[in-house]
Amino acid sequence: MTATANPTYIGSRVARKEDPRLITGEGTFTDDVMLQGMAYLTLVRSPHAHARIRRIDTEAAKKEPGVVAVLTGKDLEATGMLPVFISVPSMNGSKHMPIATDKARYAGDAVAAVVANSRDAAKRAADLIAVDYEPLPVVVDASKALEPGAPIVHEELGSNLVFTYPVKGGDIDKAFKDAEVRVSQRIVNQRLIPNAMEPRAVTAKFEAGELTLWSTTQIPHFVQLIAALNLGLGQNKVRVIAPEVGGGFGSKLQVYAEELLVGHLAKTLGRPVKWTEERREGYLATIHGRDHVSDVELAAKKDGTILGLRVRTVANVGAYLQAFAPGIPTILHVFIVPGPYRIPAFDYEMRGAYTNTTPVDAYRGAGRPEAALLIERIMDRLADEIGMDPAEVRRKNFIPSDAFPFNTISGITYDSGDYAPALDRALAMADYKGFEKRRAEAKARGNYRGIGISSYVEICGLAPSKANAALGVGWGGYESARIRVHATGAVQVFTGTSPHGQGHETSWAQIAADALGVSPNDIEVRHGDTFESPGMGVGTFGSRSLAVGGIAVHKAAEKVREKVVQISAHLLEASPADVVVEGGKVFVKGVPEKAKSFGDISMAAYLANNLPEGMEPGLEATVYYDPPNFTFPFGTHIAEVEIDGETGAVQIVKYSACDDCGRQINPMIVEGQLHGGITQGIGQALYEGAVYDNDGQLLSGSMMEYHVPSAEDVPAFDLDNTVTLTNTNPLGVKGIGEAGTIGSTPAAVNAVIDALSPLGIKHIDMPLGSEKIWRAMRAAGEGRR
Amino acid sequence: MLGAHTVTLSVNGTSYTREIEPTLLLVEFLRETLNLTGTHVGCDTSQCGACTVLVDGRATKACTMLAVQTDGAQVITVEGLAKNAGAGAPGREATLHPIQRAFAKEHGLQCGFCTPGLMITAVDFLERNASPTDAEIRHAIEGNLCRCTGYHNIVNAIRSASAEMRQTAGARPKVAAEVTR
Repeated sequence: MTATANPTYIGSRVARKEDPRLITGEGTFTDDVMLQGMAYLTLVRSPHAHARIRRIDTEAAKKEPGVVAVLTGKDLEATGMLPVFISVPSMNGSKHMPIATDKARYAGDAVAAVVANSRDAAKRAADLIAVDYEPLPVVVDASKALEPGAPIVHEELGSNLVFTYPVKGGDIDKAFKDAEVRVSQRIVNQRLIPNAMEPRAVTAKFEAGELTLWSTTQIPHFVQLIAALNLGLGQNKVRVIAPEVGGGFGSKLQVYAEELLVGHLAKTLGRPVKWTEERREGYLATIHGRDHVSDVELAAKKDGTILGLRVRTVANVGAYLQAFAPGIPTILHVFIVPGPYRIPAFDYEMRGAYTNTTPVDAYRGAGRPEAALLIERIMDRLADEIGMDPAEVRRKNFIPSDAFPFNTISGITYDSGDYAPALDRALAMADYKGFEKRRAEAKARGNYRGIGISSYVEICGLAPSKANAALGVGWGGYESARIRVHATGAVQVFTGTSPHGQGHETSWAQIAADALGVSPNDIEVRHGDTFESPGMGVGTFGSRSLAVGGIAVHKAAEKVREKVVQISAHLLEASPADVVVEGGKVFVKGVPEKAKSFGDISMAAYLANNLPEGMEPGLEATVYYDPPNFTFPFGTHIAEVEIDGETGAVQIVKYSACDDCGRQINPMIVEGQLHGGITQGIGQALYEGAVYDNDGQLLSGSMMEYHVPSAEDVPAFDLDNTVTLTNTNPLGVKGIGEAGTIGSTPAAVNAVIDALSPLGIKHIDMPLGSEKIWRAMRAAGEGRR
Repeated sequence: MLGAHTVTLSVNGTSYTREIEPTLLLVEFLRETLNLTGTHVGCDTSQCGACTVLVDGRATKACTMLAVQTDGAQVITVEGLAKNAGAGAPGREATLHPIQRAFAKEHGLQCGFCTPGLMITAVDFLERNASPTDAEIRHAIEGNLCRCTGYHNIVNAIRSASAEMRQTAGARPKVAAEVTR
């Protein structure tokens, strides 16, 4: 009997093991680490978006009381370059030093560093550093950056083109020739600022030849690897700890300049060093997300059948390529654009461009929300064009449930899916049939009411490692787990995943508990410390942790369980096939009164004087699990909005979603992931957007100008789910970390456009704030009363 | 150096006298002088509310107040919400404030960074509005940003705590009301 055959804890709403310390203020975040004799790092950042650095005068700064060191890029070249982990074909990679030496390429590019005994002293000294800049012409817009004569961000590359990434399938020319209906739309997926609530921070100490570095990271093992390589230390001499991490959403999925700088400075100055980002600094110096402009064309028959999809997109990567940046608009975007639909012909050309803006990399969903928006907006445009119900256009084109595994026209294989039931349930929850009555009632109030549907498919768990390599991903797709049962029966799970809010301590304990027949309360899950991990961990991003890391835990637990069974059979003088492991006990089937405790068995494993012939003492197992494929969760989200006819203000009055992430380990945590993801997606649809002026100055430079949704900006959410297992892994799990963000943005946008459709409005780009809508209403000849 | 000022204030029921710089923010005083790191800094423009503490019973963003302004004040931080909250003390569960229990029960936190500020804001709010509607709860916490939960379960947690606090009103000492306004 395997653990999944009769789950006890998998599927239960187990209370989170993380919470007791977090609700009492006992959790330790990176900035909470206070070390004796600690010095503080402050960075001087370029106010210009593009400027040659002629001279840096540090003399006055060096004289400021409390200053320990003042350093420029030339002094810090020993930290080496910042890494890029993905290389797509014909990519023009950028040289990216932690401190710029020749020129600043975006407003916020670091040009000098100050270390002082206090934060205030470091800041005062930083103000005294005089940098002689020669301002250069600036390019902010990605399409303009690719035009002849545009300012070049990296002269040695000769142009701002990072890559051209074409993906084709089927006969696109024939599709458009045969089409009875063609719809096209330019769609802007605006730049977003991630805004994890905890700003980034790094603290480090160097003692006895060993560097210990605390960082707000989603990938401590990558930070350890690069710090060791760049700083000339053995990997065994670099310990990276991701303690409590206050949200990431991709923004902490990097090896950042500050991590290498703080590590280097702690090592060379011989005292602990801390750097803590200020929020306004983070708006410039922490990666941004999205920033695509796409031209989308759809060919179809009058009955709604899709014949072909053609897309041309320019993605703005910012001033430098960051760690995962080349993979976000390509691997994680282009292949999933067909979504849940059978599309016979596909032609996508993605181009990436350097600009004088903050680098862009992964932000929750990372490429997939951009994909969902394209396909779901154009599906609504098609429905509008042929006068068909948007729900029915979707249903007509869904990949049928008997077609899985399904090879998409973009060249990937969906594991499993059953899309119509999720759509039907969402429609029922939303009372879709009753909507027109509500629209009419709103109209009587002078308002516009709309309903918007979004059906999505997402990609989780980038793997296997060989497929990653073929795609240009320079890291393995595996994850690691070690389970150690101590002599007393205390269980520790060490995971290579690095949670920052996802509740892995709880979910992984549930998985191990079912395999080992003990309570999750008796299992401790440890993470985020490279000296405690199984060795290498890949980390937490791309909704991969459960489908890869959770399975590693499951497999390690099954190995330990097998040894428990063998020892139990030996001690109980029974066949291993007859041993039952449950409720913290082992016994022979049918004889529960003659049970031994789980602790009796673990003690026997370490006493080692009465074990089966040839068995090693001890009770632990380490697994590196490399899955055979990605997983593909899916679902349908429906937003209903009412727009004030006077002001254009949008209110989401009802939100319904039916998601399918395969088997759920902890439904409470699944729902929480959806709530947060949906809110971030609504944030993009209605509120958020990074704004640059033509000089490359970030106008939305703080939380005052950039609207992170508050509790009053979003509704309560009605959630439901279907469960379609995947064969990709033994638990049938898929992943849920990003689904909410992927599904929600198109639903909200489609609802707003639907509300305004009586005015003849076909599309408005995000964010759909009241001013923009008011102007659109006025332009359409309405809304002036 | 601008010269030290002496302040005496009560934090979580303990009196502290310290010489501090006049520019020191209350949140810096709590985190770096007293090492009470449960209060967090999430922004520098007073938008996020991660630094919210009770100052003389009122929820206050500790990044908007200088430490010298709290001379003579009574401050409660997240570390002071639970009664007799010794680290790892047996039976500690029973001493948690209802808002703490409710946040855990309703899954009102994920990464936990904004949580101390949200709980403190909720405590002050529930002392003033014992039976809030969901809309009132959402309005009360609009100055506290959370990027993880989408607020859905935070609203549930505050509603759940309000029910418990109504039932036990009188039996339970009030965190906010035990200090004078």
